[in-house]
Amino acid sequence: MGSSSPVVALRDAVVLLSGFPLLSGVNLELEPGSLSVVTGANGAGKTSLLRLLGGLVTLSSGSGVVSGIDLRTGDLRELRRRVGWLGHEGSFYDDLSTHENLVFAAKALERPIIEIPSVLERVGLAGRAATPARKLSAGQRRRLGLAWLLLRRPEIWLLDEPYASLDDEGRTFFDQLVGDVVSAGATVVLTAHDPLRSSALAPRTLTLAGGLIVEDRS
Amino acid sequence: MIKQLSQRLLGPVTLILLALTLWLGLWVTPSFKVQGNLARLVYVHPAVAWVAIYVSFGTATIASALYLWRRTRSMLVDRIAHCAMEVSVVFIILTLITGSIWGRPAWGVWWAWDARLTSTAVLGVFALAYLALRRANDDPELRARRSAVLALLAAVNVPIIQFSVQWWKTLHQGATVFSTDHGLKIHGLQAWTLLISFLGFTMLYFWLLRARYRLEVLRDERYRASLEEALVQRRREGVR
Amino acid sequence: MIRVALLVAAKDLRIERRSRVLLWQVLPFGVMALVLCGLALGPQHAGHSSAGPGLFYLVMLLVALLMINRSQSIENSPGTKASVATLGLDPAGVFLGKALALMVELWLMGVVLLAGSVLLLHTALGGTLSALPSVLVTLAALAAAGALYGALSGGGQGPATLLPVLSFPAFAPLLIAGERSFSAALHGGSLWQWWLISLVALAAYVGLGILLYGVLEES
Repeated sequence: MGSSSPVVALRDAVVLLSGFPLLSGVNLELEPGSLSVVTGANGAGKTSLLRLLGGLVTLSSGSGVVSGIDLRTGDLRELRRRVGWLGHEGSFYDDLSTHENLVFAAKALERPIIEIPSVLERVGLAGRAATPARKLSAGQRRRLGLAWLLLRRPEIWLLDEPYASLDDEGRTFFDQLVGDVVSAGATVVLTAHDPLRSSALAPRTLTLAGGLIVEDRS
Repeated sequence: MIKQLSQRLLGPVTLILLALTLWLGLWVTPSFKVQGNLARLVYVHPAVAWVAIYVSFGTATIASALYLWRRTRSMLVDRIAHCAMEVSVVFIILTLITGSIWGRPAWGVWWAWDARLTSTAVLGVFALAYLALRRANDDPELRARRSAVLALLAAVNVPIIQFSVQWWKTLHQGATVFSTDHGLKIHGLQAWTLLISFLGFTMLYFWLLRARYRLEVLRDERYRASLEEALVQRRREGVR
Repeated sequence: MIRVALLVAAKDLRIERRSRVLLWQVLPFGVMALVLCGLALGPQHAGHSSAGPGLFYLVMLLVALLMINRSQSIENSPGTKASVATLGLDPAGVFLGKALALMVELWLMGVVLLAGSVLLLHTALGGTLSALPSVLVTLAALAAAGALYGALSGGGQGPATLLPVLSFPAFAPLLIAGERSFSAALHGGSLWQWWLISLVALAAYVGLGILLYGVLEES
């Protein structure tokens, strides 16, 4: 499936923050168009792994290539353009409305603004277009983040605890969306505390502990 | 072997040159026509200012530029920039102090909002800001990058200091050694003493820089050791 | 670069229009600071003091520090920073956009505080109006420097306290030039050399920002 080389290849990847090893030697390969779930306890390094894959933190030692870009010597700005990030903190400007946030993203990416209404419809926020982002509920903010990604259509989707704050309907919608995205050829990596739920979708589950991958189930 | 010899000789040669400066400057050279013995500060103040603004700050600026250029980026140049900037703070303070000591009898005040004094003080604040920025960032690469940018921004101040006495009406005298047609303004034993003082204080700068650099290397080694320890501890979390 | 600059500037100004931090927090602070300056001068001196321009710029400095921190805080929430980073915006464009938005905000504050200095510090109306162009240029240079130094200090352990330490030596020459040209407009004297400093500083900070913002963004 897909191209012959992996979209992610990490060897003994170490990421440090103020002298503390967030990741302490991760070895990982991901194929393009795959879906992987990263699980583990709090502080295991799940978010740090996603941030490394997105070029949002630098590699302190080891080697890594993501989407053909070397994490030590390559153009990380170019890598960031190829990934989509959905964090658990909220991904946009609180003082702008839902619609205005998406207009900003669309203009930044030179995407047609005309796509925004259909994207909002898809994520169930059509009725919240004029609502300032700070007034959205946690689940709605999550959906806005997904809308942002749908506009972007990146090669690699990095989703940090996307199930948090979603109700059952939201989770079903999300599963469907991720399935569509993977079918379209994107690579999706998401973190979750609940491996059972996510394993319904994902053929591959990676368990992190102490900044290392301690289990890899396909 | 030459490197080891020069490192061993650096300290003694510095001390000899400074001792010579002191002896010649205080006892041997004649006093000056207008300012008398006060002007013997000419054997200290200009040399200290030269080291502060051009040698030390210049080293920090060049090392910072080298850090920002990918080809020459390394923690070695970052260390040099940091150490040179610390030594620069010391020499800038000495410049302002010796200048004040000279200025009090000459101008009647310890401090004047003169262009050269003000721009030198601003340079000193930049150097302190550089050190504050380094302390505010734990991550070595982040710290190195940000402080390198600040050093380059601060370097804009150096030509302002240099040309301040020409651009504005200032209390501070113009060039000490050379006249505008590049002739020497100071002669004989006084010129030689001035030269020895410049050499002596420049060597002092390199002596201090080397000592500070060695301390920084030890600090980095300790940091690397603690990183290794932290990695081992972290990996153990995965095993439990 | 220009496209991104206009996009970022429009976004920042729109956020400001919504949040009204300038109107309800910074402006009252600026006016209060001017009042305090007037009180410090006292009734005997307020009408005759030549300290008006200096006090105006001192208050503008405090206001600028608040606004630069505000400009940085918009981008620095962790989620926003990561998401916006993935948009891959040209850093030079981001810098210009930030500087442009800051400049507009400082100009608005500057006009209000100039009126305040006429009222509270008794700077002559005619002289104050003729100082307006030089004030606008100085504030533009302050905005460019502020956008750069704001990025330099942002994300450190104490960004709110780090910015004044880092930016003071850079802002000082701008404030001196601004004060001298304001004074020259009020009391007569040569303006051009102070104008020149402000213009050169503006060009220098815009150039340096375009060159160096990308390096800071990588941080």
